[in-house]
Amino acid sequence: MSQLVFIVFQDNDDSRYLAEAVMDDNPHAEIQHQPALIRIQAEKRLVINRETMEEKLGRDWDVQEMLVNVISIGGNVDEDDDHFILEWK
Amino acid sequence: MAVQNKKLNLKDKYQYLTRDMGWEPTYQKKKDIFPDEDFEGIKITDWSQWEDPFRLTMDSYWKYQAEKEKKLYAIFDAFAQNNGHQNISDARYVNALKLFLSGVSPLEHAAFQGYAKTGRQFSGTGARVACQMQAIDELRHSQTQQHAMSHYNKHFNGLHDAAHMHDRVWFLSVPKSFFDDARTAGPFEFLTAISFSFEYVLTNLLFVPFMSGAAYNGDMATVTFGFSAQSDEARHMTLGLEVIKFILEQHEDNVPIVQRWIDKWFWRGFRLLSLVSMMMDYMLPNKVMSWSEAWEVYYEQNGGALFKDLERYGIRPPKYQDVANDAKHHLSHQLWTTFYQYSQATSFHTWIPEKEEMDWMSEKYPDTFDKYYRPRYEHLAKEAAAGRRFYNNTLPQLCQVCQVPTLFTEMGAPTKLSHRQLKYEGERYHFCSEACCEIFEHEPEKYIQAWLPVHQIYQGNCEGADVETVVQKYYHINIGEDNFEYLGSPDHKRWLSIKGIKPADEDKNAA
Ligand SMILES: [Fe+2]
Ligand SMILES: [Fe+2]
Ligand SMILES: [Zn+2]
Repeated sequence: MSQLVFIVFQDNDDSRYLAEAVMDDNPHAEIQHQPALIRIQAEKRLVINRETMEEKLGRDWDVQEMLVNVISIGGNVDEDDDHFILEWK
Repeated sequence: MAVQNKKLNLKDKYQYLTRDMGWEPTYQKKKDIFPDEDFEGIKITDWSQWEDPFRLTMDSYWKYQAEKEKKLYAIFDAFAQNNGHQNISDARYVNALKLFLSGVSPLEHAAFQGYAKTGRQFSGTGARVACQMQAIDELRHSQTQQHAMSHYNKHFNGLHDAAHMHDRVWFLSVPKSFFDDARTAGPFEFLTAISFSFEYVLTNLLFVPFMSGAAYNGDMATVTFGFSAQSDEARHMTLGLEVIKFILEQHEDNVPIVQRWIDKWFWRGFRLLSLVSMMMDYMLPNKVMSWSEAWEVYYEQNGGALFKDLERYGIRPPKYQDVANDAKHHLSHQLWTTFYQYSQATSFHTWIPEKEEMDWMSEKYPDTFDKYYRPRYEHLAKEAAAGRRFYNNTLPQLCQVCQVPTLFTEMGAPTKLSHRQLKYEGERYHFCSEACCEIFEHEPEKYIQAWLPVHQIYQGNCEGADVETVVQKYYHINIGEDNFEYLGSPDHKRWLSIKGIKPADEDKNAA
């Protein structure tokens, strides 16, 4: 059985970079656009890397900044200073 | 001085936040300090195993919450200054907000109270901190929702006394009793009920597709508070999943207790969300996603992945999930046809869906809508056209547990009413389903105390014996303004005048 993790962002300016970073780092992910939101799902695992985000933004980025734009998640969370991971093990 | 600004990493910071909040008491017994920690039978052997994956510290918490609030209130101001209510798709939409403000926002406040209380019950500091942050979040949700909707209260009926209505009105006893049930349970059941079953498993259905629908219907204020609240929810959902895993890992004796809670609270939440099914399919004039599609994504697919993950602890999916999955084809239609006939006693309006909406439902519900529900609307439309808009004057039989009228049908038999009854200490009790009956059987002493609005009316506890007196005096629903059919209502007339279609006979609020 397929086991999808997902993350949903508000569709705003910050999230455009987040979505780009997620899609760059997770080639197996699928992105869906719905009114006012962006939903990304992937088999088993999704990672958001601080490094990728900092490259996209051209500035320092704190992983916890993301919390302002996230609407929902599915999967076990693992967060530290360098990444945010959602996964089903 | 070189190390003066050395930054702690997240894990260390979190460690410093929590480490001094837990100590071994010396002059009081631990049992006296945390008296509710073990009566449910849950065995905790080592609280230090508690992991909070977000590791949010107070300084970050205040910083990000302040940022969320600033954004949110900037949008509320813009919405009000630009008369945002004039840009929604249709005034019928506002009825979803009336239900939200009286049915959901008070639950946010109940959640605040519930987490504040529960956060005091645990001897583990990680759990205490998570609950206390969540208590503050939930208070924020309750407040921001009331602020957002206060703008609508200036222009539409039915939003004037939501908290009062929540405590008294018949259909609002469904959400109220749900949360009261959870809050009167022990701390571990409360977290299993609200953090896990409700927030992790089910609330996506309300806050994601419904809020996306609000955006699609031009309601900038609601989508903004919805998503702002929901941005806290990622944390709450994570607490829900962590708490379940933590309890299950602590002791194998915890597994059957948690399983029974999951069975119970999945079902209680599913029954509560039947109200949301109708908000999505019927109360959003511009439609994004049907209830059955949302159920497939957010329960069948995501819930499926979750319960597969929990298999290793010996947890199986909720006992009655098959009934819930089958009901996705019927739920919203059964709810709306019921509310349609009891609109004399609601704080919002109902209506017969327009032709395009019915065609959309035929498309989304190919096996059920044309066969079972379209004919009902055609009949009701004919009655209304002949000047006999149907209102049901017989008060409904409520389920003793979920308090929803016994309006549902049996799985696989959509014309057969689902009803169970049993006798307990000489009294007969009625239920909407096997699942609710089973919940009662396990805790009869709790559920015989249920405050059932219909029984209360018949017992004369609601300021009168006739519906009109109860509605007006006891519920504070203004007759002829807040209730009855949408077509021809003051809200409808006001909307036509906003849109320049026909002058309203009274201009309640020169905007
Ligand atoms: Fe909330
Ligand atoms: Fe919450
Ligand atoms: Zn029931």
